Amino acid sequence: MRTIITAIFIFSISLPITAEEKTDPNEKKTDIETIAVQAIVEKANVVAYYQGDDGKATVNMVITNKQGQKRERQFNILRKDAKDGGDQKYFVYFQKPADVRRMTYLVHKFVDPQKDDDRWLYLPALSLVKRIAAGDKRTSFVGSDFLYEDVSGRSLEEDTHELIETTDKLFIVKNIPKKPDSVEFSYYNVSIDRKNFVPMKMDFFDKDGKLYRTIESVKVEMIQDLPTVVKSVVTNLQSGSKTEMEFSNVKYNINLEDIFTERYLQKPPREAMR
Amino acid sequence: MISKTLIIIGITITTFSFTAGAATDSNEPERSFLNALSDITEFHGFYEMRGGYRLRKDKYEKDMSIMENRLQLDLFSYPEWGDIKVKGDFFGDLVTEQGDFDLREANIFARPTEYMDIKVGRQILTWGTGDLVFINDLFPKDWQSFFIGRDTEYLKAPSDAVKISLFSDAANLDIIYTPQFDPDRFIDGSRISYWNSNLASLAGENAIVHTDKPNRWFKDSEIAARLYKNIDNYELAFYGYQGYWKSPGGQNAAMTQATFPDLNVYGASIRGVVGKGIGNLELGYYESAEDSSGKNFLINNSEIRYLVSYTQEIGKDFTLSLQYYIEQMTDYDQYRDNLPSGPARDELRHLTTMRLTKLLMKQNLKCSLFTYYSPSDKDVYMRPNINYKVNDYMAVEAGGNIFFGDYPQTFFGQFQNNTNIYMGFRYSF
Repeated sequence: MRTIITAIFIFSISLPITAEEKTDPNEKKTDIETIAVQAIVEKANVVAYYQGDDGKATVNMVITNKQGQKRERQFNILRKDAKDGGDQKYFVYFQKPADVRRMTYLVHKFVDPQKDDDRWLYLPALSLVKRIAAGDKRTSFVGSDFLYEDVSGRSLEEDTHELIETTDKLFIVKNIPKKPDSVEFSYYNVSIDRKNFVPMKMDFFDKDGKLYRTIESVKVEMIQDLPTVVKSVVTNLQSGSKTEMEFSNVKYNINLEDIFTERYLQKPPREAMR
Repeated sequence: MISKTLIIIGITITTFSFTAGAATDSNEPERSFLNALSDITEFHGFYEMRGGYRLRKDKYEKDMSIMENRLQLDLFSYPEWGDIKVKGDFFGDLVTEQGDFDLREANIFARPTEYMDIKVGRQILTWGTGDLVFINDLFPKDWQSFFIGRDTEYLKAPSDAVKISLFSDAANLDIIYTPQFDPDRFIDGSRISYWNSNLASLAGENAIVHTDKPNRWFKDSEIAARLYKNIDNYELAFYGYQGYWKSPGGQNAAMTQATFPDLNVYGASIRGVVGKGIGNLELGYYESAEDSSGKNFLINNSEIRYLVSYTQEIGKDFTLSLQYYIEQMTDYDQYRDNLPSGPARDELRHLTTMRLTKLLMKQNLKCSLFTYYSPSDKDVYMRPNINYKVNDYMAVEAGGNIFFGDYPQTFFGQFQNNTNIYMGFRYSF
């Protein structure tokens, strides 16, 4: 079923792309091209953040600074989608390092850019459920080079999207923030695999138009017939640091019940701990 | 106290053995007992050194405010049917010149039905919406640890209790039964000097507070309940408590012993998104059941406590949190009329708090400042802290507990001479 939908998707958007290649670049963009790029980014967004109806994975991060010092993070992450491209709930169970062990983190993510995510953190040593104020989404996620927004997904509504290049293998989409003052970049390009719509590379350009940050999908595997990035690396060219993130024990469609509540935050379900 | 600890450890270890035995039977019979246990068991902890000094001369206490080595061991096992946890601290303390073991947690948790969770044994309990201000959280606190600069984790003292949680679509209910009253680890003069109203003077090791504590099993018990519901991510809760003032709230007639008079508390709270941040409201009625008229000057009057708070991220990894808290005596005229001598309390105690937290160096350096300021008591308590994670195992920190006040008898003003700074090192494994 999914393959058929994907096929229809690819077919429907490849037509306007072919058309675009022939058009005069100076000509004003037609509605159909906007629809095409919108379909690409929507599909890529679903592939990157909404595979399956729900899922779980063990995430290992290695953060390496300019001096070569390494720090590690390990956590299990569980996710459930309201619908593809829609609101989501995340549950995170930290395993490493020691100072965050057995902490749990709950996010109710809303796609409406007007509505901030709801977030809770549970500190087991204090037995305290802490409500976290909505933060700048472009702050580091657990001290790594990944930003909160890289992990949970940046709302498509935040940027305008433009298909700037189509190669044999990739669609390259330029994304320009609608509110430039709210972010540290001036734009970013995403290279999306034409076959499976996996975002393979993201290049972020600073306010002077200089490349300063990249995120690469270095290993993609088919898991339960769904293309899955199992290893990605973010490199900060300014600070000289990088973070590798590896996913293991990836499982989709595990029929997660509603574990995204205070009850499970205080006492995580077995599937979050293992 | 020691025997209670031993009983709890005994029960929990027996459960560990049972668990491992069960795991061995059901899996591979040839595998050893320890192998089976290790699959479902985590063993962690930390080693910590912490030292601190008073910045002012305190004639009632030592100059050293804290000087200790601490080893925390944390055993956690999770077989199919539930969780077992034992966590305790061995510590050697140069201020009291003794070593001790503090069993922090020893409990068994199970989820017997879809609608119920249960946790039995020694456990850390918290609820309510305040940040270092407590209204409906009547679980034991360790104020001594808090003021001498131990990690904030130690502000929560353990309870020996049964916690039953019931869940339904209409609302959730927690009931916590503590068969033998667990008081606060309150300021008794042994490490922190305080205002002694009987002596009308500051006091410390010269006037250790002696107490008459309710300590009969099942008779001197506490019960706390919370009914709560999440409505569109606004968290609404109602609370009830029947027990005792957690720190001494009265004296016997001869005024030789501090007592823990009966206390009932009824309260409510709500927490949710307000603007760009998180807001919360909480209130509680403290019914001092042994002095409901407010005439007995030996026992605390009833009070109403109010709290309003707001937290917002004001910059990248920079958070500001503000609270306004009021304690109102309900029978103030009776209190004034019956007070024999000495300075009277105000009817209203106003307290504000501000927390600033900034993360730097890829969130490895945390700078925070928590300040209590009471405009009615005219006193201040500041808790600056800097913590740096050297790597994934080691952290160093420095901080202070700084008290100011215009009067020697106010809540924080009495602790002026306890102003201290400390440094710590922790290795986690």
